[in-house]
Amino acid sequence: MQMSSIVKTTADILFPFILIYGLYIIIHGHLTPGGGFQGGAILASGVLLLLLAYRYTESTKIVRQVVMKSFESTGLLLFIIAALSAMVIGAGFFFNWLSPGGFIFGDVVAYGSAVANLNTGGLIPMMNIAVGLEVVGAISVILLALLSGIKEKI
Amino acid sequence: MRRKISIILTILMIGMLGVIVSGLTFGEPGEHPMDRYFIENSQIESGANNVVTAVLFDYRGFDTLGEAAVLFTAALGATLVLRKRRED
Repeated sequence: MQMSSIVKTTADILFPFILIYGLYIIIHGHLTPGGGFQGGAILASGVLLLLLAYRYTESTKIVRQVVMKSFESTGLLLFIIAALSAMVIGAGFFFNWLSPGGFIFGDVVAYGSAVANLNTGGLIPMMNIAVGLEVVGAISVILLALLSGIKEKI
Repeated sequence: MRRKISIILTILMIGMLGVIVSGLTFGEPGEHPMDRYFIENSQIESGANNVVTAVLFDYRGFDTLGEAAVLFTAALGATLVLRKRRED
């Protein structure tokens, strides 16, 4: 079944905004409510919007299952590598060794209710990005697998 | 007969549940020393302004690792069950 052009145009306009909002939620996970899981779910909802608006064969040219699978695996691997990286300096698993004075995300956080600084948090923003990648990959793979069984009349 | 017994049993179980639930106290969780600790120290210890994220990714990192692994396994299972089969 073909969706009307109203739905297609709305999906085209909304898709980049959903992507930007999801990325914002992921990257600001250590400052504002949200984080990797929530932002990844928002990004996956954008993928679902494309899948619902277009035909399965059309939308899989943009959202390919191989790419989403690689996102998923890369996210989980990055998360485990970030957790393991603390062992390089001799600390324990999951130790936040970048938090004060690291080369990235290493500013000292202002205590109390101060203006939020994006360059703080150490490993936490990195893990947020890794989890966001993993969640968008996993949910998109599940959606693509579920929607691949639909028989479409052209 | 069976119908009457099942109705009586259902009413009895709902009544038992009501008796148990009515004895509980809702909305007034007891004070725990960790409550104050997370609010006061998580900003300094983890370097994140968001206390929830600090708990999720710093204090309870293993929990998040398990969640990510569960999601990975869910996607793996979905693709395994819904894969394309040869028709023979």
